[in-house]
Amino acid sequence: MTAVDLHPVRASDALPGAVWAALGTVMDPELDEPITDLGFVASHHLEPTGDGRVDVEVHLRLPTSFCAPNFAYLIAADAQDALTALDELRDVAVWLDDHHDSTKINSGLAAGGGYRGTFEHEADDSLDELRMIFRRKAHTAAMERSCAALLRTSSWTVADLHTLTLADLPSGRTTEALVRRRRDLGFATDPAALVMVDDHGRPVSEDQVPLRLRFARTTRISVEGNAHFCRGLLATRYPGAEEDQAASAYDPAVPSSLPPAPPSPSHESEH
Amino acid sequence: MYESNGEKYFVVDAHIALWDARPENQRNIHGKQFIDCFYDYHRNLSPASELWSYEQYLYYADRLMKDLFTDGYVDHAIFQPAYLGEFYHRGFGQTEEAWALTQAHPDKLTYNHSYDPRNGEQGLDQLHLDAERFGLKGIKLYTAEWHGDSRGYKLTDPWSVKYLEACRSLGIKNIHVHKGPTIRPLDRDAFDVADVDGVASDFTDLNFVVEHVGLPRLEDFCWIATQEPNVYGGLAVAIPFMHTRPRYFAQIIGELLYWIGEDRILFSSDYALWTPKWLVETFVDFQIPEDMQPEYSAITTDQRKKILGLNAAALYDIPVPAHLQVQAAPDEVPVASPAPDLRVPVA
Repeated sequence: MTAVDLHPVRASDALPGAVWAALGTVMDPELDEPITDLGFVASHHLEPTGDGRVDVEVHLRLPTSFCAPNFAYLIAADAQDALTALDELRDVAVWLDDHHDSTKINSGLAAGGGYRGTFEHEADDSLDELRMIFRRKAHTAAMERSCAALLRTSSWTVADLHTLTLADLPSGRTTEALVRRRRDLGFATDPAALVMVDDHGRPVSEDQVPLRLRFARTTRISVEGNAHFCRGLLATRYPGAEEDQAASAYDPAVPSSLPPAPPSPSHESEH
Repeated sequence: MYESNGEKYFVVDAHIALWDARPENQRNIHGKQFIDCFYDYHRNLSPASELWSYEQYLYYADRLMKDLFTDGYVDHAIFQPAYLGEFYHRGFGQTEEAWALTQAHPDKLTYNHSYDPRNGEQGLDQLHLDAERFGLKGIKLYTAEWHGDSRGYKLTDPWSVKYLEACRSLGIKNIHVHKGPTIRPLDRDAFDVADVDGVASDFTDLNFVVEHVGLPRLEDFCWIATQEPNVYGGLAVAIPFMHTRPRYFAQIIGELLYWIGEDRILFSSDYALWTPKWLVETFVDFQIPEDMQPEYSAITTDQRKKILGLNAAALYDIPVPAHLQVQAAPDEVPVASPAPDLRVPVA
């Protein structure tokens, strides 16, 4: 199975790239990586309609048939939304293959019933809250990556981090990723904004910075580790899928040292 | 017992199963999907030499004793069954077979049973009968289990609390909770470990063992376990990463040792997802890579001994020969492993 199954397209030469780019904006909420990098796009098929527009059919696949259905639904619905936003496309069909809830999710997407319409009594809530949980985790991990890189490559120390602003971070992918995740959560993104903030965007006090950073590291390791697991499982389930996977943006070519840890965890809960 | 470089380790495998996933026991397509998912875990994270055939993986009662005790260095193993009655005609975990083995080898095997609080009053009566029949010290809960229209429950649900109260009065003190990857339920978030926090605070006399150390919510698990002294982490599914992703495993075990310490981490093969032999051998030889020290302290022999068996033996009152115990220095107080210092490495 290859990632790109392109039917000859006359409507627009640029369209296949646009389709791929649109799918590349869809993130696995838990792994915080694009589904195109993860190899979750099994195929996409384009069919000119004769009126200058194009029908598209996209098949998605996941590492196991037991991937949590709420995540599966989020991914499939986001893919449909991203493609529907392209003016050149007429009919958009997104299919989730080989999942225990494939039938439910596929018919739900086709009918446009939304998450609650799809799962009825099983879905007490909308998915907004779940999405926010993972946006916060993605931000926490991105914040840790930025701080850890700075500690490794500059004279900044953990003790100084409470004064660190976005302007102090070097330009590059790590900082861009952090800013993007702050924007997702509605946090300040101006150059003077403090980097070390909590899950609600509030500055972390000087004495709490070491613990916040230490916990953020655990969050990052958790997210990255889960991505290792899911990438491996996908390749086990679909031999050859590893060729459809792009290296993780978070996997440095040369393993780098972790940032130092502050003293033992405080046992005073802040939640 | 496992011996390496003159050190002897008492091994308790805190999470094993005897399942029957053969087609004749599969109730529907989900029964096949479920075992296929397990088999993918097995294929993805096992060394090539340890791979089983699919047929063997479906059912393996004839080799269980050999894999664990003859070849696997295990001194004592604990059944942690999952029922999964919506997927399998006779259930996934095989109660009678596992219980028969336990009776034949009481020094080697402990049988934990499972319950589902959604069975209400009737299930509560059954729990009393099961506790007496099996002499239960522990229970395995699968909060993501399907049950009619329900795809899961929380430990803090009212009926669940009633069952935990029953556990308390019945002397079932070890509550193993599956909090692992890629299993539903739906909006009741399968990975959320917050309900463990809730009941651990209310049932301080029970021990809550979070299987799979909360992965993929390691950070949430660590945070909870740091607050609640009666929360433990089982290494099932995490420990095979030693083979495929050793640096990732180093980070996981480093995080666990930092947040919850060496006394609350339990070795588990999750047999037959993986066989214990290679896991024990690899873990005893495993060390944090040098370039990741001192961010993570090196793992000590005593820590390995505790994780591999002594911690679980303490929870289950399993006798350990004196020469296999950790010899604590007279003035040594058991504490969480020392946290790494604050020094910033020079780039």
